[in-house]
Amino acid sequence: MKRSRQRLPHARVDTGQPLTFQFDGETFRGYAGDTLASALLANGVSIVGRSFKLHRPRGVFAAGREDANALVQLESGTWSEPNARAALVPLYQGLVAKGQNAWPSPDWDLLAALGLLKKVLPAGFYYKTFIWPNWKNWEGLVRRLAGLGRAPSAPDPQYYLKQTVHAEVVVVGAGRAGLEAALATAQDPACRVLLLDEQEEPGGALLASPDPADRTWLASMLERIAQCPNITLMPRSSVNGYHDHNVLAALQRVGSHLGPQADSAAPREIFWRICAGRVVLATGALERPLVFPHNDRPGIMLAGAVREYTHRYGLTLGERIVFFANNDSAWHTALEMVAHGVPVTAIIDVRLGVAPELLRRATAAGIEDRLGYSVVHTRGRGALRQVLIQRLTEDGGGLQGPRETLDCDLLAMSGGWTPTLHLYSQSGGKLAWREEDTCLVPGTANQAVTAVGRANGDFPQPLHTQAHWLTPGVSSDCQWVDFQYDVTAADIQLAARENYVSVEHVKRYTTNGMSVDQGKTSNVNGLGILALATNRSIPEVGTTRFRPPYHPVTIGAWAGVELGALYQPFQRLPAHTCHAALGAQFVDMGGWQRPECYPRAGESEQQAIAREVLAVRGAVGLLDYSPLGKLEVHGPDARELLNRMYVNNLATLPVGAARYGLMLNEQGIVVDDGVVVCLAEDHFLLHTTSGGAASVHRALEEWLQCEWVALRVLVTNVTTQWATFMLSGPRARAVLAQLSGDIDLGGDAFAHMQFRSGSLCGVPVRILRASFTGEVSFEISVPAACGESLWEALMTAGASHGVTPFGIESLMVLRTEKGFLHVGSDTDGNTMPQDLGWGGAIAKQSVDFIGRRSLTLEVGQDPERLQFTGIALLEESATTVSGAHVLSGDGKSSAGYVTSACFSPTLGRAVALGIVAGARARVGEIVSVYYEGKIQPARLVAPCQVDPAGTRLQADATTPQPVAPQPAAPQPAAPQPAASLHVPQILAVCSPMAGTNSITRKEFRLRHETACELIRLQVFHRDRALLPALTAALGFELPAPGEARRQGSWRWLWSAPGDWLLAVPAGEGSAALKTLRDATAGMWAVATPITDSQVMLVLDGARVRDVLARGCALDLHPAHFGGDRCAVTRFAGVSVLLAPSGGDGFLLLACRSLAVWLRDWCEAVSRDC
Amino acid sequence: MRIECPWCGSRSEDEFVCGGQSHIARPEPATASDAEWAAYLYQRDNPKGLHHERWLHRFGCGQWFNVARDTVSHNILASYPMTAPKPELPDANGGEA
Ligand SMILES: [Zn+2]
Repeated sequence: MKRSRQRLPHARVDTGQPLTFQFDGETFRGYAGDTLASALLANGVSIVGRSFKLHRPRGVFAAGREDANALVQLESGTWSEPNARAALVPLYQGLVAKGQNAWPSPDWDLLAALGLLKKVLPAGFYYKTFIWPNWKNWEGLVRRLAGLGRAPSAPDPQYYLKQTVHAEVVVVGAGRAGLEAALATAQDPACRVLLLDEQEEPGGALLASPDPADRTWLASMLERIAQCPNITLMPRSSVNGYHDHNVLAALQRVGSHLGPQADSAAPREIFWRICAGRVVLATGALERPLVFPHNDRPGIMLAGAVREYTHRYGLTLGERIVFFANNDSAWHTALEMVAHGVPVTAIIDVRLGVAPELLRRATAAGIEDRLGYSVVHTRGRGALRQVLIQRLTEDGGGLQGPRETLDCDLLAMSGGWTPTLHLYSQSGGKLAWREEDTCLVPGTANQAVTAVGRANGDFPQPLHTQAHWLTPGVSSDCQWVDFQYDVTAADIQLAARENYVSVEHVKRYTTNGMSVDQGKTSNVNGLGILALATNRSIPEVGTTRFRPPYHPVTIGAWAGVELGALYQPFQRLPAHTCHAALGAQFVDMGGWQRPECYPRAGESEQQAIAREVLAVRGAVGLLDYSPLGKLEVHGPDARELLNRMYVNNLATLPVGAARYGLMLNEQGIVVDDGVVVCLAEDHFLLHTTSGGAASVHRALEEWLQCEWVALRVLVTNVTTQWATFMLSGPRARAVLAQLSGDIDLGGDAFAHMQFRSGSLCGVPVRILRASFTGEVSFEISVPAACGESLWEALMTAGASHGVTPFGIESLMVLRTEKGFLHVGSDTDGNTMPQDLGWGGAIAKQSVDFIGRRSLTLEVGQDPERLQFTGIALLEESATTVSGAHVLSGDGKSSAGYVTSACFSPTLGRAVALGIVAGARARVGEIVSVYYEGKIQPARLVAPCQVDPAGTRLQADATTPQPVAPQPAAPQPAAPQPAASLHVPQILAVCSPMAGTNSITRKEFRLRHETACELIRLQVFHRDRALLPALTAALGFELPAPGEARRQGSWRWLWSAPGDWLLAVPAGEGSAALKTLRDATAGMWAVATPITDSQVMLVLDGARVRDVLARGCALDLHPAHFGGDRCAVTRFAGVSVLLAPSGGDGFLLLACRSLAVWLRDWCEAVSRDC
Repeated sequence: MRIECPWCGSRSEDEFVCGGQSHIARPEPATASDAEWAAYLYQRDNPKGLHHERWLHRFGCGQWFNVARDTVSHNILASYPMTAPKPELPDANGGEA
């Protein structure tokens, strides 16, 4: 390839701004405005990389996204980008790149020997060869040879964002047609127009035009667009996906094009989700290569790319430039080049005739012509030197006459143009074949989309294309169709011979158009060759459907900020800071950050768990049990609902009592267990499993909303409104008694499975006596904001009793010792209640409940069902793990498995639970437990192995029961409690956010709002008479769906049907609550103060909508979401209520447990604000 | 995908959860045969064309509602509350399985 020492005068590069860069270790010079590809061409670099399969030399072949040849490894280290397309990498000072898929270098690639294997690597080679004896034997070898660039092995130093944008009209492509479409639609000032362009600067094909008129027109259009307030031009943004309902995905390069030195405050890329009313595709057209022998040699380029490199970048790519074409566009390009001082030697055209005017002008320009000819061979090692041409027969089906040799160092080919309809096809639109231009054009649209300009097949000049799908009369072995993936015409013909008929199958078998090319240049040529090989027309062959992405999307962009600590939403326990101060080891469980245990210095996890378990059995332990699911069920039909949902008779449950129950799904499978508490005749509290609150809530709502619509019941998930602590152990009562309160804790007054509510240290409290440890336990709940204070108070009160904080792992050991079922651990997707010993109780029950009918199906009666059991290992010191199999009698198959296993500090040996075939009738039987090749003898036993009689639950607080002592290691000292030694009289309210509770950026601020109090008002909305009655009672019409309304200093927000939030100024909460309760007395309405369980954030600043749009998909434009609106929506992966609060301010309400998550998340996505 | 919640209006698909086919009548447990019960539990239509589904606005108002959706074009033809009757809608694809 010729070096361009001088750029042409009309080039769009800035020769006043030279830049140096490195390619494969050599330093070169280019200019601002160059791409890496144009700079390499300017320096005469002809080989940039190697092809995927055969390592054939590859040079720059196109000037845009369709260049799958010049792939480079851009930069090194953590910023590095593999498979960067040189034609799309704008040059910056100090750029460093390397050619790919070559060793030691693209010029001299030892793996090029693979090219010699071309003959033995036909289509389907992999499928045919590597199946013997097994693909796995070959995988390692193939993977080492395959692949292109290398992915960086450490985290990206820059960050990525995701954001949603809404527009009435989205125009894709800022070329001539796109610019015109954007300005035309923007006539309506209410119409937001989003104009996206993928290039470094807008203009599309106009950028390649040397015509001063084109340049003036472009400049004036861009000027007009800049002045149009309702057009947003988004440069460097490629639209990659067109999804259902006019949702598009685009990737914008924000700092990426500046290289590793870009400002680190800006994101590298933003991944946009675009919600469009109407879409205009102005995506232009892609030129097709011609298919002829050795058409893949460096120095052979698309004619349109030659035009762009010549006029946009000012390069003179060759001294003897030859064109090879089947249409008029190449002729215009050649003539234009000559007119701008770049000589053209010859034009070879497969057509027998062209317009006389073109011929005359070519002759006048000194261009030789060869009509009715085809290129039949090319020569040149490393770079093109000669082409051999031969006359086509009259019917175009063969060759005739002698071969002629033309010296040439650049071959510019044009096989016709294909409208860029990837997005149109992705949208579900059908493509139609247009014979006269041999191309696919838009057929029937499936969504609100139109194509304009060349994307619609409207070419500025007639093309007069004549199909020339491959060169006849010569071997098709080296006639390349997919350059990057080494697919030839012969491969497609072979697939046809092997009876592949469907174009989708041929594509996959030959890999044509797969990988980097994605059909951009190879698709239509492949269709043409397949049509010829199978004697069909192209419409008969059909076309493959394009799928996203149009252009590769960085994995970092998919991830956005959801990495590391922000990988998924987490909830913080109310007393999180206390746990952290005590050295808790945290674990993510059900979305909560929970202490597993509290290892002291020098203590292993196992030792810490043993110490905590023994403390609970011997004295008292304290567990943060806040994630325990808490659902309130209100209403005249509440008991009826629960009776239908739970396996256990709740009809007789008296007020103040609690009962254990199982919940099934309609298939009869156990999905949750819990404790139902009767607070009042029409008011119940369900304690679900931790992490089960959401799914149980959902199940209740689904039955209520979809099946039992007449039941008058309200279900509210109050899990995060209450901080819950479990005080467990023989001294639990003594500790709790030290806190001032109005609840009688005496053993007779407050028995096991009883519930009391009252006040504790001046705040409302709910206490349940249930036990998951086998010891006397109090589950104490206070408003979430007081959780931290209650934890401190209980630790202080318990200090003299040896209170020990214990974690979830210790709780699991305690309950395994007791044989208490843990749904999800000790049950699987087939477990029915009879497998847990509930068969007899169910038989006696008269009412129907969800899942009951399924229990009587044949599958439920099988005596070999896996049933819940204890498993005692016979060898003294043996241990096992959950997942170990219990073998069948003949030892040949599995008859169940261990579901929970641990070392019991209380018993000094392992304990295990499991589900085993027919276990309930086999107690005492010896079985074999298999794990990782080892077999251990064990006995099936009753699940409970500590205190089977349950006497410890009745224990008197004053005489702690001894436990079997453990040969104890010296006990490490506990951290000194930081809190005061006095038990507080009043529990203080604490901030929901540890550390800072605000974010202050230049254009974005977040702060914790404390100036108002919140009340929730709920009614049974399906009772249509209620709403008018409520309006009359309040003397105020509550807001309709999506509305926010002011009532004096009060602000009402609609949250769900029959569910409103009321914000009142701080200090007015109790008065407002009383007003509401008085007004709705005797009505079926529930008013609850929720200030302490929510976090209220105020977000504002000039870019607040950007920050919000990075977390939610709502249209936040003031015209659509003004001061009288509010919405419950998904923000940062969690449910929040969002309400504009005037100007650039928004109020955001969420569960208090999410406060830290929301703050951290907003901090991460506002780095550029 | 965008889905119209009857209460909240058009929202992004990631606010919703699909609950599968809608308008399935629950047989009377006491009188349903094993075969009828099994069909109720497990047998679902798989039409090419018009399909009625139950969706939950999980991250929004928490309401279940029905969606009539074309499984070929993916167009949503109607959204309506659970308590509303099944609307009369044309089936462009004839509803073949
Ligand atoms: Zn909704």
